Amino acid sequence: MKLWQKNLILVLLVVLIAAVPLWLCRDAEFGGADGLAEELIVETHPDYEPWFSPIFEPASGEIESLLFALQAALGAGVIGFVLGRMTARKPEEKA
Amino acid sequence: MKRSAWKLCFLLPMALVLLTAPAGAMHIMEGYLPAPWAFGWMAVCIPFVVTGFLSIKKKTAREPRAKVLLAMCGAFAFVLSALKIPSVFGSCSHPTGVGLGAILFGPTATTVLGLIVLLFQALLLAHGGLTTLGANVFSMAIVGPFVSFGLYALLKKAGAKPALAVFTAAALGDLATYVTTSIQLGVVYGNFLQYLSIFALTQIPLAIAEGLLTVVVFNVLEKYAKEDLRALAVL
Repeated sequence: MKLWQKNLILVLLVVLIAAVPLWLCRDAEFGGADGLAEELIVETHPDYEPWFSPIFEPASGEIESLLFALQAALGAGVIGFVLGRMTARKPEEKA
Repeated sequence: MKRSAWKLCFLLPMALVLLTAPAGAMHIMEGYLPAPWAFGWMAVCIPFVVTGFLSIKKKTAREPRAKVLLAMCGAFAFVLSALKIPSVFGSCSHPTGVGLGAILFGPTATTVLGLIVLLFQALLLAHGGLTTLGANVFSMAIVGPFVSFGLYALLKKAGAKPALAVFTAAALGDLATYVTTSIQLGVVYGNFLQYLSIFALTQIPLAIAEGLLTVVVFNVLEKYAKEDLRALAVL
């Protein structure tokens, strides 16, 4: 099997892993795991006061998702750049 | 490699975190660890971070070409921690992406990469936190990478195929991070099993996803950068 075929299958598997829960648990809220942990702490230790709060918080969900998209895009860009250079090497350099 | 190129390799991922900062759906929230625990975990992390800086310095001095790969490992961690993925258990979390760095550059070098990610998450996206930075570095940038690194070495020695070794190492390293988070909350608040079900159970499918994605990148490196991998003693 060629490299790209192998990798395509692996990536499709990842997509499947991410998509299947949306099918299986349609009623689920899909909240963040950290939020659930926070709820549990508040529930079991109602008198605990967080003694420090975040210095900066994104102003809205939109801005947060902007930062997310930027993060993924830039990270993917660096990876693509490095792998692109690597795979463009002359054939005799390939091991 | 020229000095400017070296700078670029480091500045790119730095700029990346500076500009964006991943949100974590897993880290211990700001202010939610009592002060003695918060500072205790920070103290535990310091020797690992120092060793990590020295290790990066040594490795890149010996293998200048590896700097590009190091930058890519950092970028890999950023992308993966930006991907909040739904889990079959009805909540969301994200992979850590530190397994690749641990396999290529060793656990303490990866501690430094993880620290950068977590620091800016805490500063810019209000995920994780400065007070809980020590605990979060310990779980994501120390335990995770050490588990990945150890498993990879073990499986390689046992003669497993590299791709299989990479998958197992990355997936279980990811899972180990969340088990550690559960323990860290459990020792403070009790209910260890409940935290385990929140963090670790959610994480199982995501750990598999992280393993698969790490193999995708590793497959390309194995074909096109075999020499680099040999120089880093990965193959």
